[in-house]
Amino acid sequence: MKIEGQAWKFGDDIDTDAIIPARYLNTTDPALLAAHCMEDADPLFSTEVKPGDIIVAGKNFGCGSSREHAPIAIKGTGVGCVIAQSFARIFYRNAFNMGLPILECPEAAEAIQTGDRVEVDLDRGTIFNHSRQQKYQAHPVPPFMQELIKAGGLMAYVDEQLRKTAELPTD
Amino acid sequence: MTSMTISEKILAKHAGQSSVRPDDLIEANVDFALGNDITAPIAIEAFRRSGAKRVFDPERVALIPDHFAPNKDIASAMQIKVLREFSREQHLLHFYEVGRMGVEHALLPEQGLVLPGDVVIGADSHTCTYGALGAFATGVGSTDLAAAMITGKIWFKVPASIKFVFRGKRKPWVGGKDLILYTIGRIGVDGARYKAMEFVGEVIEALPMADRFTMSNMAIEAGAKVGIIAPDGITEDYVKERAKRPYEFYRSDEDAVYESVYDWDVSELEPMVALPHSPQNVKPVTELPEIEIDQVVVGSCTNGRLEDLRQAAEVLKGKKVAPNVRCMIIPATQWIYQQAMREGLFEIFLNAEAAVSTPTCGPCLGGHMGILAAGERAVATTNRNFVGRMGHVESEVYLSNPAVAAASAIVGRIAHPDEVM
Repeated sequence: MKIEGQAWKFGDDIDTDAIIPARYLNTTDPALLAAHCMEDADPLFSTEVKPGDIIVAGKNFGCGSSREHAPIAIKGTGVGCVIAQSFARIFYRNAFNMGLPILECPEAAEAIQTGDRVEVDLDRGTIFNHSRQQKYQAHPVPPFMQELIKAGGLMAYVDEQLRKTAELPTD
Repeated sequence: MTSMTISEKILAKHAGQSSVRPDDLIEANVDFALGNDITAPIAIEAFRRSGAKRVFDPERVALIPDHFAPNKDIASAMQIKVLREFSREQHLLHFYEVGRMGVEHALLPEQGLVLPGDVVIGADSHTCTYGALGAFATGVGSTDLAAAMITGKIWFKVPASIKFVFRGKRKPWVGGKDLILYTIGRIGVDGARYKAMEFVGEVIEALPMADRFTMSNMAIEAGAKVGIIAPDGITEDYVKERAKRPYEFYRSDEDAVYESVYDWDVSELEPMVALPHSPQNVKPVTELPEIEIDQVVVGSCTNGRLEDLRQAAEVLKGKKVAPNVRCMIIPATQWIYQQAMREGLFEIFLNAEAAVSTPTCGPCLGGHMGILAAGERAVATTNRNFVGRMGHVESEVYLSNPAVAAASAIVGRIAHPDEVM
Protein backbone atom coordinates (compact mmCIF):
# COMPACT_ATOMS: atom_id res chain seq x y z
CA MET A 1 0.00 0.00 0.00
CA LYS A 2 1.32 3.42 -0.99
CA ILE A 3 0.49 6.82 0.46
CA GLU A 4 1.55 10.17 -0.93
CA GLY A 5 0.96 13.62 0.44
CA GLN A 6 2.26 16.74 2.04
CA ALA A 7 4.08 16.52 5.38
CA TRP A 8 2.89 18.28 8.55
CA LYS A 9 5.70 18.46 11.07
CA PHE A 10 5.20 18.47 14.84
CA GLY A 11 7.64 18.27 17.76
CA ASP A 12 8.40 15.82 20.57
CA ASP A 13 5.89 14.43 23.09
CA ILE A 14 2.74 15.38 21.15
CA ASP A 15 0.11 14.29 23.68
CA THR A 16 -3.40 13.00 23.08
CA ASP A 17 -4.88 16.26 24.40
CA ALA A 18 -3.04 18.01 21.55
CA ILE A 19 -4.26 15.42 19.03
CA ILE A 20 -7.87 15.70 20.21
CA PRO A 21 -8.67 17.85 23.27
CA ALA A 22 -10.76 16.15 25.96
CA ARG A 23 -13.45 18.80 25.65
CA TYR A 24 -14.53 17.15 22.38
CA LEU A 25 -14.70 13.60 23.73
CA ASN A 26 -18.46 13.64 24.21
CA THR A 27 -18.73 12.22 20.71
CA THR A 28 -17.19 9.29 18.85
CA ASP A 29 -18.09 10.62 15.38
CA PRO A 30 -14.88 10.60 13.25
CA ALA A 31 -15.90 13.72 11.27
CA LEU A 32 -16.67 15.75 14.42
CA LEU A 33 -13.42 14.61 16.05
CA ALA A 34 -11.42 15.33 12.86
CA ALA A 35 -12.68 18.93 12.84
CA HIS A 36 -10.72 19.53 16.08
CA CYS A 37 -7.69 17.35 15.38
CA MET A 38 -4.40 19.01 16.48
CA GLU A 39 -6.40 22.15 17.28
CA ASP A 40 -4.32 23.26 20.28
CA ALA A 41 -1.00 22.53 18.50
CA ASP A 42 -1.89 24.06 15.11
CA PRO A 43 -5.35 25.66 14.76
CA LEU A 44 -5.15 25.62 10.94
CA PHE A 45 -4.30 21.93 10.64
CA SER A 46 -7.81 20.47 10.52
CA THR A 47 -9.02 22.87 7.81
CA GLU A 48 -5.94 22.74 5.60
CA VAL A 49 -4.93 19.07 5.81
CA LYS A 50 -5.71 17.03 2.69
CA PRO A 51 -6.43 13.31 2.26
CA GLY A 52 -3.16 11.39 2.00
CA ASP A 53 -1.16 13.99 3.92
CA ILE A 54 1.35 12.71 6.42
CA ILE A 55 2.00 13.72 10.03
CA VAL A 56 5.68 13.72 10.98
CA ALA A 57 6.67 14.05 14.63
CA GLY A 58 9.51 13.59 17.10
CA LYS A 59 9.71 11.20 20.02
CA ASN A 60 6.83 9.78 22.11
CA PHE A 61 3.99 10.75 19.74
CA GLY A 62 0.57 10.14 21.31
CA CYS A 63 1.64 10.18 24.95
CA GLY A 64 -0.97 10.72 27.64
CA SER A 65 -4.44 9.27 27.66
CA SER A 66 -5.67 5.98 26.20
CA ARG A 67 -8.37 7.67 24.11
CA GLU A 68 -8.86 5.85 20.83
CA HIS A 69 -10.42 9.10 19.67
CA ALA A 70 -6.84 10.21 18.90
CA PRO A 71 -6.18 7.78 16.02
CA ILE A 72 -9.87 8.09 15.02
CA ALA A 73 -9.51 11.89 14.74
CA ILE A 74 -6.30 11.62 12.72
CA LYS A 75 -7.84 9.03 10.42
CA GLY A 76 -10.93 11.22 10.14
CA THR A 77 -8.87 14.09 8.69
CA GLY A 78 -7.77 11.81 5.87
CA VAL A 79 -4.15 11.69 7.05
CA GLY A 80 -2.68 8.57 5.47
CA CYS A 81 0.17 7.84 7.83
CA VAL A 82 2.01 9.09 10.92
CA ILE A 83 5.81 8.93 10.92
CA ALA A 84 7.56 9.55 14.24
CA GLN A 85 10.87 9.01 15.94
CA SER A 86 8.93 6.92 18.49
CA PHE A 87 5.34 6.37 19.68
CA ALA A 88 3.80 6.17 23.16
CA ARG A 89 2.74 2.59 23.79
CA ILE A 90 -1.05 2.91 24.14
CA PHE A 91 -1.25 5.09 21.03
CA TYR A 92 0.87 2.52 19.17
CA ARG A 93 -1.60 -0.27 20.01
CA ASN A 94 -4.61 1.91 19.28
CA ALA A 95 -3.30 2.97 15.88
CA PHE A 96 -2.97 -0.67 14.81
CA ASN A 97 -6.36 -1.54 16.26
CA MET A 98 -7.97 1.38 14.40
CA GLY A 99 -6.10 0.70 11.15
CA LEU A 100 -4.13 3.97 11.15
CA PRO A 101 -0.76 3.29 9.48
CA ILE A 102 2.19 4.42 11.60
CA LEU A 103 5.92 4.12 11.04
CA GLU A 104 8.84 4.56 13.42
CA CYS A 105 11.71 6.21 11.59
CA PRO A 106 14.01 8.61 13.49
CA GLU A 107 15.86 9.56 10.29
CA ALA A 108 12.70 10.59 8.44
CA ALA A 109 11.27 12.28 11.54
CA GLU A 110 14.34 14.48 11.65
CA ALA A 111 14.79 15.23 7.93
CA ILE A 112 11.23 15.79 6.71
CA GLN A 113 9.89 19.35 7.03
CA THR A 114 6.39 20.77 6.79
CA GLY A 115 5.36 21.07 3.16
CA ASP A 116 7.67 18.33 1.86
CA ARG A 117 6.12 15.95 -0.65
CA VAL A 118 6.42 12.50 0.91
CA GLU A 119 5.64 9.03 -0.41
CA VAL A 120 5.33 6.01 1.88
CA ASP A 121 5.43 2.34 0.88
CA LEU A 122 3.83 0.64 3.84
CA ASP A 123 4.64 -2.91 2.76
CA ARG A 124 8.36 -2.17 2.47
CA GLY A 125 8.50 0.43 5.24
CA THR A 126 10.24 2.84 2.90
CA ILE A 127 9.71 6.60 2.91
CA PHE A 128 10.67 8.78 -0.06
CA ASN A 129 10.96 12.53 0.28
CA HIS A 130 10.34 13.99 -3.21
CA SER A 131 11.15 17.52 -2.09
CA ARG A 132 14.62 16.58 -0.82
CA GLN A 133 15.20 13.50 -2.96
CA GLN A 134 15.95 11.42 0.16
CA LYS A 135 14.97 7.86 1.01
CA TYR A 136 14.51 6.54 4.57
CA GLN A 137 13.91 3.04 5.93
CA ALA A 138 11.43 2.70 8.82
CA HIS A 139 11.73 0.13 11.62
CA PRO A 140 10.02 -3.08 10.50
CA VAL A 141 6.51 -3.69 11.86
CA PRO A 142 6.67 -6.57 14.40
CA PRO A 143 5.40 -9.87 12.92
CA PHE A 144 2.47 -10.12 15.36
CA MET A 145 1.31 -6.63 14.40
CA GLN A 146 1.58 -7.61 10.74
CA GLU A 147 -0.68 -10.56 11.51
CA LEU A 148 -3.18 -8.20 13.12
CA ILE A 149 -3.13 -5.95 10.06
CA LYS A 150 -3.54 -8.93 7.73
CA ALA A 151 -6.52 -10.16 9.74
CA GLY A 152 -8.10 -6.70 9.38
CA GLY A 153 -7.41 -5.29 12.84
CA LEU A 154 -7.76 -6.63 16.37
CA MET A 155 -11.52 -7.31 16.30
CA ALA A 156 -11.24 -9.34 13.10
CA TYR A 157 -8.30 -11.19 14.63
CA VAL A 158 -10.32 -11.95 17.79
CA ASP A 159 -13.20 -13.11 15.64
CA GLU A 160 -10.86 -15.44 13.75
CA GLN A 161 -9.47 -16.84 17.02
CA LEU A 162 -12.97 -17.32 18.41
CA ARG A 163 -14.18 -19.15 15.36
CA LYS A 164 -11.15 -21.43 15.61
CA THR A 165 -12.03 -22.33 19.19
CA ALA A 166 -15.78 -22.32 18.40
CA GLU A 167 -16.62 -20.18 21.41
CA LEU A 168 -18.76 -17.98 19.23
CA PRO A 169 -21.52 -19.13 16.90
CA THR A 170 -20.39 -18.53 13.32
CA ASP A 171 -23.68 -16.97 12.17
CA MET B 1 14.07 -21.67 37.70
CA THR B 2 14.41 -18.47 35.71
CA SER B 3 14.72 -15.35 37.85
CA MET B 4 11.88 -12.96 37.26
CA THR B 5 10.59 -9.56 38.32
CA ILE B 6 7.18 -9.23 39.95
CA SER B 7 5.72 -8.06 36.60
CA GLU B 8 7.18 -11.06 34.76
CA LYS B 9 5.88 -13.47 37.41
CA ILE B 10 2.33 -12.13 37.20
CA LEU B 11 2.36 -12.21 33.40
CA ALA B 12 3.82 -15.74 33.30
CA LYS B 13 1.13 -16.99 35.67
CA HIS B 14 -1.65 -15.42 33.61
CA ALA B 15 -0.22 -16.76 30.37
CA GLY B 16 -0.04 -20.28 31.80
CA GLN B 17 3.74 -20.36 31.40
CA SER B 18 6.48 -21.16 33.88
CA SER B 19 8.41 -18.06 32.86
CA VAL B 20 8.44 -15.09 30.50
CA ARG B 21 11.18 -12.75 29.35
CA PRO B 22 11.09 -9.15 28.14
CA ASP B 23 9.87 -8.85 24.53
CA ASP B 24 8.00 -12.21 24.66
CA LEU B 25 4.56 -11.94 23.09
CA ILE B 26 2.00 -13.55 25.34
CA GLU B 27 -1.72 -13.92 25.65
CA ALA B 28 -2.72 -13.32 29.27
CA ASN B 29 -5.94 -14.04 31.12
CA VAL B 30 -7.55 -10.86 32.40
CA ASP B 31 -8.82 -10.77 36.00
CA PHE B 32 -10.65 -7.49 35.60
CA ALA B 33 -11.46 -5.08 32.76
CA LEU B 34 -12.89 -1.58 32.94
CA GLY B 35 -13.96 1.34 30.84
CA ASN B 36 -15.39 4.80 31.43
CA ASP B 37 -17.95 7.08 29.79
CA ILE B 38 -15.43 8.33 27.23
CA THR B 39 -13.79 5.07 26.21
CA ALA B 40 -16.52 2.45 26.74
CA PRO B 41 -18.94 3.67 24.02
CA ILE B 42 -16.34 2.83 21.34
CA ALA B 43 -15.65 -0.54 23.01
CA ILE B 44 -19.36 -1.35 23.18
CA GLU B 45 -19.77 -0.45 19.51
CA ALA B 46 -16.89 -2.78 18.60
CA PHE B 47 -18.37 -5.49 20.85
CA ARG B 48 -21.72 -5.26 19.07
CA ARG B 49 -20.16 -5.17 15.59
CA SER B 50 -18.23 -8.35 16.38
CA GLY B 51 -21.44 -10.29 16.88
CA ALA B 52 -20.41 -11.34 20.39
CA LYS B 53 -23.36 -12.07 22.65
CA ARG B 54 -21.95 -12.03 26.18
CA VAL B 55 -19.04 -10.54 28.07
CA PHE B 56 -16.60 -13.21 29.32
CA ASP B 57 -17.68 -12.67 32.94
CA PRO B 58 -20.25 -10.08 34.10
CA GLU B 59 -18.56 -9.91 37.52
CA ARG B 60 -15.20 -8.95 36.05
CA VAL B 61 -16.15 -6.06 33.79
CA ALA B 62 -16.80 -2.62 35.29
CA LEU B 63 -18.20 0.38 33.46
CA ILE B 64 -17.75 3.61 35.35
CA PRO B 65 -19.20 6.91 34.19
CA ASP B 66 -16.86 9.36 35.91
CA HIS B 67 -15.26 11.69 33.35
CA PHE B 68 -18.28 13.73 32.23
CA ALA B 69 -20.56 12.54 35.06
CA PRO B 70 -22.84 13.87 36.46
CA ASN B 71 -23.88 14.31 32.81
CA LYS B 72 -22.31 17.60 31.78
CA ASP B 73 -24.32 18.04 28.59
CA ILE B 74 -26.67 16.19 26.28
CA ALA B 75 -23.90 14.48 24.30
CA SER B 76 -22.32 13.19 27.54
CA ALA B 77 -25.71 12.01 28.78
CA MET B 78 -26.10 10.00 25.57
CA GLN B 79 -22.68 8.39 26.04
CA ILE B 80 -23.44 7.40 29.61
CA LYS B 81 -26.78 6.00 28.46
CA VAL B 82 -24.86 3.65 26.17
CA LEU B 83 -22.94 2.31 29.20
CA ARG B 84 -26.10 1.99 31.28
CA GLU B 85 -27.99 0.04 28.62
CA PHE B 86 -25.07 -2.25 27.89
CA SER B 87 -24.58 -2.91 31.62
CA ARG B 88 -28.25 -3.87 32.01
CA GLU B 89 -28.26 -6.06 28.95
CA GLN B 90 -25.06 -7.84 30.02
CA HIS B 91 -26.07 -8.00 33.71
CA LEU B 92 -22.82 -6.30 34.69
CA LEU B 93 -22.42 -6.29 38.45
CA HIS B 94 -20.26 -3.20 38.48
CA PHE B 95 -21.94 -0.24 36.84
CA TYR B 96 -22.04 2.84 39.04
CA GLU B 97 -24.66 5.57 38.84
CA VAL B 98 -24.12 9.05 40.27
CA GLY B 99 -24.58 8.75 44.03
CA ARG B 100 -22.75 5.42 44.04
CA MET B 101 -19.91 6.13 41.67
CA GLY B 102 -16.42 7.48 42.10
CA VAL B 103 -13.35 8.19 40.05
CA GLU B 104 -12.62 4.72 38.66
CA HIS B 105 -9.06 4.27 39.95
CA ALA B 106 -10.01 5.29 43.47
CA LEU B 107 -13.26 3.32 43.38
CA LEU B 108 -12.15 -0.12 42.21
CA PRO B 109 -9.37 -0.68 44.79
CA GLU B 110 -11.63 0.72 47.51
CA GLN B 111 -14.35 -1.77 46.55
CA GLY B 112 -11.85 -4.65 46.58
CA LEU B 113 -12.46 -5.41 42.90
CA VAL B 114 -8.84 -5.14 41.75
CA LEU B 115 -6.35 -7.08 43.82
CA PRO B 116 -2.71 -8.04 44.30
CA GLY B 117 -1.43 -10.46 41.67
CA ASP B 118 -4.16 -9.52 39.16
CA VAL B 119 -3.82 -8.69 35.50
CA VAL B 120 -6.10 -5.68 35.01
CA ILE B 121 -6.70 -3.81 31.79
CA GLY B 122 -8.66 -0.60 31.55
CA ALA B 123 -9.61 1.69 28.73
CA ASP B 124 -8.09 4.56 30.66
CA SER B 125 -4.41 5.34 30.80
CA HIS B 126 -4.37 5.67 34.60
CA THR B 127 -5.32 2.02 35.04
CA CYS B 128 -1.67 1.64 36.04
CA THR B 129 -2.77 2.94 39.49
CA TYR B 130 -3.41 -0.63 40.69
CA GLY B 131 0.29 -1.42 40.35
CA ALA B 132 0.38 -0.04 43.91
CA LEU B 133 -1.41 -3.22 45.00
CA GLY B 134 1.16 -5.44 43.32
CA ALA B 135 -1.06 -6.03 40.29
CA PHE B 136 -0.03 -5.88 36.63
CA ALA B 137 -2.45 -3.16 35.58
CA THR B 138 -2.24 -1.18 32.38
CA GLY B 139 -4.21 1.19 30.19
CA VAL B 140 -5.38 0.16 26.74
CA GLY B 141 -7.63 1.57 24.04
CA SER B 142 -11.30 0.87 23.52
CA THR B 143 -10.78 -1.84 20.92
CA ASP B 144 -8.44 -3.75 23.23
CA LEU B 145 -11.13 -3.45 25.92
CA ALA B 146 -13.76 -4.80 23.53
CA ALA B 147 -11.58 -7.80 22.69
CA ALA B 148 -10.91 -8.47 26.38
CA MET B 149 -14.60 -8.13 27.28
CA ILE B 150 -15.35 -10.87 24.75
CA THR B 151 -12.45 -13.25 25.31
CA GLY B 152 -11.22 -12.50 28.84
CA LYS B 153 -7.76 -12.34 27.32
CA ILE B 154 -5.32 -9.77 26.02
CA TRP B 155 -2.02 -9.91 24.15
CA PHE B 156 1.02 -8.24 25.65
CA LYS B 157 4.63 -7.76 24.79
CA VAL B 158 6.37 -8.46 28.10
CA PRO B 159 8.01 -5.17 29.15
CA ALA B 160 11.55 -4.93 30.47
CA SER B 161 11.63 -3.59 34.04
CA ILE B 162 13.34 -0.53 35.46
CA LYS B 163 13.99 -0.48 39.21
CA PHE B 164 13.68 2.76 41.19
CA VAL B 165 15.22 2.58 44.67
CA PHE B 166 14.13 5.34 47.08
CA ARG B 167 16.38 5.68 50.13
CA GLY B 168 16.35 7.92 53.19
CA LYS B 169 13.47 9.52 55.06
CA ARG B 170 10.78 11.80 53.65
CA LYS B 171 10.67 15.40 54.87
CA PRO B 172 7.35 16.70 56.20
CA TRP B 173 4.84 17.51 53.40
CA VAL B 174 6.66 15.19 50.98
CA GLY B 175 4.53 12.31 49.78
CA GLY B 176 3.93 9.94 46.87
CA LYS B 177 3.12 12.84 44.54
CA ASP B 178 6.49 14.45 45.16
CA LEU B 179 8.37 11.18 44.71
CA ILE B 180 6.71 10.45 41.37
CA LEU B 181 7.04 14.05 40.10
CA TYR B 182 10.72 13.92 41.03
CA THR B 183 11.05 10.60 39.18
CA ILE B 184 9.36 11.92 36.02
CA GLY B 185 11.50 15.06 36.23
CA ARG B 186 14.61 12.90 36.31
CA ILE B 187 13.77 10.43 33.53
CA GLY B 188 11.36 12.45 31.34
CA VAL B 189 7.91 11.75 29.93
CA ASP B 190 9.25 8.91 27.79
CA GLY B 191 11.89 7.76 30.26
CA ALA B 192 10.05 4.49 30.91
CA ARG B 193 8.29 4.18 27.55
CA TYR B 194 7.01 0.62 27.13
CA LYS B 195 8.70 -0.46 30.42
CA ALA B 196 7.55 -1.70 33.79
CA MET B 197 8.55 0.73 36.54
CA GLU B 198 9.16 -0.99 39.87
CA PHE B 199 9.31 1.16 43.01
CA VAL B 200 11.36 -0.24 45.93
CA GLY B 201 13.45 0.83 48.92
CA GLU B 202 12.92 1.89 52.52
CA VAL B 203 10.89 4.95 51.54
CA ILE B 204 8.42 2.84 49.59
CA GLU B 205 8.25 0.20 52.34
CA ALA B 206 7.15 2.92 54.77
CA LEU B 207 4.79 4.61 52.32
CA PRO B 208 1.03 4.52 53.08
CA MET B 209 -1.30 2.95 50.49
CA ALA B 210 -2.73 6.32 49.34
CA ASP B 211 0.76 7.58 48.43
CA ARG B 212 1.58 4.33 46.69
CA PHE B 213 -1.54 4.70 44.53
CA THR B 214 -0.43 8.23 43.62
CA MET B 215 2.98 6.99 42.52
CA SER B 216 1.72 4.09 40.44
CA ASN B 217 -1.01 6.31 38.98
CA MET B 218 1.53 8.59 37.31
CA ALA B 219 3.78 5.85 35.90
CA ILE B 220 2.03 6.47 32.57
CA GLU B 221 3.32 10.06 32.72
CA ALA B 222 6.79 8.56 32.22
CA GLY B 223 5.43 6.42 29.37
CA ALA B 224 5.40 3.21 31.42
CA LYS B 225 3.13 0.22 30.94
CA VAL B 226 2.88 -0.34 34.67
CA GLY B 227 4.22 1.17 37.92
CA ILE B 228 4.39 -1.71 40.33
CA ILE B 229 5.10 -2.02 44.05
CA ALA B 230 5.62 -5.38 45.78
CA PRO B 231 2.75 -6.02 48.20
CA ASP B 232 3.56 -6.16 51.93
CA GLY B 233 1.89 -5.68 55.30
CA ILE B 234 0.57 -2.25 54.32
CA THR B 235 -1.02 -3.77 51.22
CA GLU B 236 -2.44 -6.65 53.24
CA ASP B 237 -4.03 -4.24 55.74
CA TYR B 238 -5.64 -2.37 52.85
CA VAL B 239 -7.01 -5.33 50.90
CA LYS B 240 -7.93 -7.91 53.53
CA GLU B 241 -11.28 -6.36 54.44
CA ARG B 242 -12.08 -5.18 50.95
CA ALA B 243 -11.18 -8.15 48.74
CA LYS B 244 -14.14 -9.73 46.97
CA ARG B 245 -12.11 -12.76 45.84
CA PRO B 246 -8.77 -14.47 46.61
CA TYR B 247 -5.53 -12.69 45.77
CA GLU B 248 -1.87 -13.51 45.54
CA PHE B 249 1.30 -11.66 46.54
CA TYR B 250 4.26 -11.76 44.16
CA ARG B 251 7.77 -10.41 44.71
CA SER B 252 10.71 -9.94 42.38
CA ASP B 253 13.50 -12.48 42.72
CA GLU B 254 16.71 -11.18 44.30
CA ASP B 255 18.57 -11.81 41.04
CA ALA B 256 15.81 -10.64 38.69
CA VAL B 257 17.08 -8.78 35.64
CA TYR B 258 16.42 -5.04 35.23
CA GLU B 259 17.12 -2.98 32.16
CA SER B 260 18.35 -0.20 34.44
CA VAL B 261 18.35 0.80 38.09
CA TYR B 262 17.96 4.28 39.58
CA ASP B 263 19.03 4.68 43.19
CA TRP B 264 18.10 7.95 44.92
CA ASP B 265 18.37 9.27 48.47
CA VAL B 266 15.29 11.47 48.80
CA SER B 267 15.94 12.75 52.35
CA GLU B 268 16.48 16.31 51.10
CA LEU B 269 13.60 16.24 48.62
CA GLU B 270 11.17 19.18 48.91
CA PRO B 271 7.54 19.18 47.73
CA MET B 272 7.69 19.24 43.94
CA VAL B 273 5.67 21.14 41.35
CA ALA B 274 5.36 20.29 37.64
CA LEU B 275 5.22 23.51 35.63
CA PRO B 276 3.31 23.94 32.37
CA HIS B 277 3.05 22.16 30.03
CA SER B 278 4.66 18.84 30.88
CA PRO B 279 4.78 16.57 33.94
CA GLN B 280 8.57 16.36 33.44
CA ASN B 281 8.97 20.12 33.92
CA VAL B 282 9.50 19.66 37.65
CA LYS B 283 10.95 22.05 40.26
CA PRO B 284 11.03 22.06 44.09
CA VAL B 285 8.35 24.46 45.38
CA THR B 286 11.11 26.25 47.31
CA GLU B 287 12.83 27.28 44.05
CA LEU B 288 9.81 28.79 42.33
CA PRO B 289 9.45 32.52 41.67
CA GLU B 290 6.19 34.24 42.66
CA ILE B 291 3.44 32.57 40.62
CA GLU B 292 -0.03 34.00 41.17
CA ILE B 293 -2.95 31.63 40.71
CA ASP B 294 -6.69 31.75 40.00
CA GLN B 295 -7.84 28.25 40.90
CA VAL B 296 -6.95 25.24 43.03
CA VAL B 297 -8.25 21.72 42.47
CA VAL B 298 -7.80 18.97 45.05
CA GLY B 299 -9.07 15.69 43.68
CA SER B 300 -8.72 13.15 40.81
CA CYS B 301 -7.52 9.54 40.59
CA THR B 302 -4.09 10.85 41.56
CA ASN B 303 -4.88 12.72 44.79
CA GLY B 304 -8.60 12.57 45.62
CA ARG B 305 -8.33 9.99 48.41
CA LEU B 306 -9.26 10.49 52.05
CA GLU B 307 -5.62 10.96 53.09
CA ASP B 308 -5.27 13.69 50.45
CA LEU B 309 -8.35 15.52 51.74
CA ARG B 310 -7.07 15.23 55.32
CA GLN B 311 -3.80 16.82 54.23
CA ALA B 312 -5.59 19.68 52.48
CA ALA B 313 -7.82 20.16 55.56
CA GLU B 314 -4.83 20.25 57.89
CA VAL B 315 -3.45 23.19 55.91
CA LEU B 316 -6.80 24.97 55.36
CA LYS B 317 -8.04 24.62 58.94
CA GLY B 318 -9.00 28.00 60.39
CA LYS B 319 -7.86 29.85 57.26
CA LYS B 320 -9.54 31.37 54.21
CA VAL B 321 -8.97 30.85 50.52
CA ALA B 322 -7.43 34.03 49.02
CA PRO B 323 -10.12 36.40 47.68
CA ASN B 324 -9.07 36.02 44.04
CA VAL B 325 -8.83 32.21 44.14
CA ARG B 326 -11.46 29.52 43.56
CA CYS B 327 -10.71 26.34 45.49
CA MET B 328 -12.44 23.10 44.45
CA ILE B 329 -12.30 19.98 46.62
CA ILE B 330 -13.45 16.82 44.85
CA PRO B 331 -13.56 13.64 46.97
CA ALA B 332 -12.85 10.77 44.56
CA THR B 333 -15.60 8.39 45.73
CA GLN B 334 -18.87 8.39 47.69
CA TRP B 335 -17.17 6.49 50.52
CA ILE B 336 -14.39 9.08 50.72
CA TYR B 337 -17.03 11.82 50.59
CA GLN B 338 -18.92 10.32 53.51
CA GLN B 339 -15.80 9.67 55.57
CA ALA B 340 -14.55 13.22 54.97
CA MET B 341 -17.94 14.53 56.07
CA ARG B 342 -17.92 12.42 59.24
CA GLU B 343 -14.40 13.56 60.11
CA GLY B 344 -15.47 17.20 59.86
CA LEU B 345 -13.29 17.96 56.84
CA PHE B 346 -16.17 19.62 54.97
CA GLU B 347 -16.65 22.02 57.86
CA ILE B 348 -13.01 23.04 57.45
CA PHE B 349 -13.28 23.36 53.65
CA LEU B 350 -16.54 25.31 53.75
CA ASN B 351 -15.33 27.63 56.50
CA ALA B 352 -12.28 28.28 54.34
CA GLU B 353 -14.68 29.21 51.51
CA ALA B 354 -13.67 26.29 49.32
CA ALA B 355 -16.28 24.44 47.23
CA VAL B 356 -16.89 20.72 47.70
CA SER B 357 -18.07 18.71 44.68
CA THR B 358 -19.62 15.29 44.17
CA PRO B 359 -17.06 12.77 42.79
CA THR B 360 -16.06 13.37 39.16
CA CYS B 361 -12.93 13.54 36.99
CA GLY B 362 -14.42 16.90 35.91
CA PRO B 363 -11.79 19.62 35.67
CA CYS B 364 -8.74 17.29 35.51
CA LEU B 365 -9.28 16.78 31.79
CA GLY B 366 -11.04 20.06 31.13
CA GLY B 367 -14.44 18.37 31.19
CA HIS B 368 -16.50 20.46 33.57
CA MET B 369 -16.68 21.70 37.20
CA GLY B 370 -13.87 24.24 37.06
CA ILE B 371 -12.70 25.09 33.54
CA LEU B 372 -10.00 27.73 33.12
CA ALA B 373 -10.32 30.91 31.04
CA ALA B 374 -7.55 32.30 28.85
CA GLY B 375 -4.60 33.45 30.92
CA GLU B 376 -5.75 31.69 34.10
CA ARG B 377 -3.52 29.49 36.24
CA ALA B 378 -4.45 26.54 38.43
CA VAL B 379 -2.59 24.50 40.98
CA ALA B 380 -4.03 20.99 40.78
CA THR B 381 -3.36 17.69 42.49
CA THR B 382 -4.14 15.99 39.16
CA ASN B 383 -1.76 14.23 36.79
CA ARG B 384 -1.40 16.18 33.52
CA ASN B 385 -0.61 19.78 32.70
CA PHE B 386 -0.61 19.59 28.90
CA VAL B 387 -1.63 22.62 26.83
CA GLY B 388 -5.37 23.21 27.30
CA ARG B 389 -5.74 20.29 29.70
CA MET B 390 -8.01 22.15 32.15
CA GLY B 391 -9.64 24.54 29.72
CA HIS B 392 -8.54 27.35 27.45
CA VAL B 393 -5.47 26.72 25.33
CA GLU B 394 -3.86 29.77 26.97
CA SER B 395 -4.46 28.56 30.54
CA GLU B 396 -1.84 26.90 32.72
CA VAL B 397 -1.84 23.96 35.14
CA TYR B 398 0.75 23.40 37.88
CA LEU B 399 0.76 19.90 39.40
CA SER B 400 1.42 19.47 43.11
CA ASN B 401 0.56 17.49 46.22
CA PRO B 402 -2.60 18.37 48.23
CA ALA B 403 -0.74 20.32 50.96
CA VAL B 404 0.98 22.59 48.44
CA ALA B 405 -2.34 23.05 46.60
CA ALA B 406 -4.11 24.02 49.85
CA ALA B 407 -1.32 26.40 50.91
CA SER B 408 -1.38 28.00 47.45
CA ALA B 409 -5.15 28.50 47.73
CA ILE B 410 -4.66 30.46 50.96
CA VAL B 411 -1.75 32.59 49.78
CA GLY B 412 -2.98 33.14 46.21
CA ARG B 413 0.33 32.07 44.70
CA ILE B 414 2.21 28.77 44.67
CA ALA B 415 3.34 28.23 48.25
CA HIS B 416 5.06 25.75 50.55
CA PRO B 417 2.73 24.55 53.35
CA ASP B 418 5.21 25.86 55.94
CA GLU B 419 4.34 29.40 54.81
CA VAL B 420 0.84 29.12 56.27
CA MET B 421 1.29 26.64 59.11
